[in-house]
Amino acid sequence: MRISQPKDFLTGLMFLFFGAAAMVLSRGLTIGTAAKMGPGYFPFVLGLLLAALGAVLLWRSLLPAKDRESWPSLQLKPLAIVLLSVFLFSQILKPFGLLLSTALLVVMVSKASHEFRWREALANAAVLVVIVLAVFVYFLKFQIPVWPAFTAG
Amino acid sequence: MELLSNLALGFQTAVTPMNLVYCFVGALIGTLIGVLPGIGPVQTIAILLPTTFALPPVAALIMLAGIYYGAQYGGSTTSILVNVPGEASSVVTCLDGHQMARRGRAGAALTVSALGSFVAGTFATLVLAVLALPLSELAFKFGPEEYFSLMAFGLIGSVVMASGSMLKAVGMIVLGLLLGMIGTDVTSGIQRFTFGVSELADGIGFVCLAMGLFAICDIVNTLEKRDKREILKSKLTGFMLSKEDIRTCAPAVVRGTLCGSLLGILPGGGAILSSFTAYMLEKKIARDPESFGKGNIKGVAAPESANNAAAQTSFVPLLTLGIPPNVVLAMMAGAMMIHGIQPGPRVVTANPALFWGVIVSMWLGNVILVLLNLPLVGIWVRLLSVPYRLLYPAILLFCCIGLYSVNNNTFDIGLTALCGLLGYIFYKLECEPAPLILGFILGPMMEENLRRAMLLSRGDPSVFFTRPLSLAFLIMAVAMLIVVALPSIRGKREQAFKEG
Repeated sequence: MRISQPKDFLTGLMFLFFGAAAMVLSRGLTIGTAAKMGPGYFPFVLGLLLAALGAVLLWRSLLPAKDRESWPSLQLKPLAIVLLSVFLFSQILKPFGLLLSTALLVVMVSKASHEFRWREALANAAVLVVIVLAVFVYFLKFQIPVWPAFTAG
Repeated sequence: MELLSNLALGFQTAVTPMNLVYCFVGALIGTLIGVLPGIGPVQTIAILLPTTFALPPVAALIMLAGIYYGAQYGGSTTSILVNVPGEASSVVTCLDGHQMARRGRAGAALTVSALGSFVAGTFATLVLAVLALPLSELAFKFGPEEYFSLMAFGLIGSVVMASGSMLKAVGMIVLGLLLGMIGTDVTSGIQRFTFGVSELADGIGFVCLAMGLFAICDIVNTLEKRDKREILKSKLTGFMLSKEDIRTCAPAVVRGTLCGSLLGILPGGGAILSSFTAYMLEKKIARDPESFGKGNIKGVAAPESANNAAAQTSFVPLLTLGIPPNVVLAMMAGAMMIHGIQPGPRVVTANPALFWGVIVSMWLGNVILVLLNLPLVGIWVRLLSVPYRLLYPAILLFCCIGLYSVNNNTFDIGLTALCGLLGYIFYKLECEPAPLILGFILGPMMEENLRRAMLLSRGDPSVFFTRPLSLAFLIMAVAMLIVVALPSIRGKREQAFKEG
């Protein structure tokens, strides 16, 4: 058995997983009857449908095909840096305030580019801190912690 | 004339100094963000949505509409100058628009695109104004059965427009519907799939999902590709059209406008389908089909008029029936809901000033864009030469700050990162996120109508087939699926996507 369509294969697995998860989780809710549907009815049916679609995709991906697809290629560096920077921003925004978080996010996420240069990233961060202060804090007056929590009081 | 008095009411609402300013600001920053390569209307609305939160609903909708057209215009500018379509609907504009630019006719291409869009926008606004009342009156006769079938029809429509495998697109819709179930069930008040996380009680934030799937995912993908963009450095001149240009373009603009106005109303239609169709049509009836793709001015005029007309008329199903026909309008629907307006037939009757004000502001937005875009095109070009390595940190930063401001919590930012990961997986597996977003928006409404319909019929599913309107929608949905699945059409559809 050879996988001729890896992308369909993986999509099938993904649909099966989400479909099965929806079905299992819906069992914990009231399913009810067609006339009086409980909160679990619609998600259960959708889960079943999704799992079925996943199964068809899986089955089709194993059929012999004329032109084989390649497995998707991954580059984890940009993905990991972008997602981690965003996550980190969400964690430090409240304790450290908007300005420090902005600077850190910009410098850190700039690392994801293959053209990264320290000086440029720092300058970019400085410019963006000023813009953020002017636009979001003074002009749009967003309710957002600006300065680090430990400087207050 | 009822129509005239309605439009007068609209003008009264839209032409207040404040609302004019919001329309202008929306159009301006919409263009600004839309010009950035790889950022189309969906991303632009996702990024800028939080900036409208502080505004009253009318002003917010006017500004959002402005952002929407601005992003559309911005997209065509990058297509012509950089050969990078700012959004999917200007993919065809690249074919002839960029060739014109290479021959030193960038100015003329931009002018044609702006004027064609303006003519189309004006006509489509009238279509919207004329159709709004009769359609929303029809919608009042809808029961839950009709609504359910109509939504099914709309979802199937989005499959037609997704490129690639249909099975995957259907699966993405179902997954979107399921994601829409997360949160508190309206009927029973029970929390579903929240895993005890209190922040999920209101469901996944629409902005989180949209920003994760579109904005963050796009940044990661662009970084992966490391492509260097070629920007035309030549001076932009020759914005004036010759008499000859006008004579060749005018009929193409008219055909594009009609084509776009019609296709924009259909579910799954909208700007992308109509610009492809208009281009194909021009090529088919032209006496010199071989000159297309080599800088034929008609190849810019027709699709640009069509996509703008469609962008406008696709508001018809949203504002009258409450069904977003494509993903951009799903974004608009999400935005309206955040501002406490449930899109649907009630908007016209309950809030006529808002409804007609927004319609008139769409036309005003078009006027502003023509006035704005041609003189400012030099600035847009300069913006394009800002290297991506400096731009994307700024885009990401504005996303994060915007996300925080939706609910003043940091949980949403983390959730968006997770949605970004999901978006990346979808991208790698060639699963289009657009049908998922549509399913996500329609999911809760669909469930509610299904439950109500089945309760009324005491569990008998045949009501969906015995009520004539409901049956008609279902037949149309099935017909659409069959047509797309036919081998001959499937080949054409794949070819159309490939050409883009």
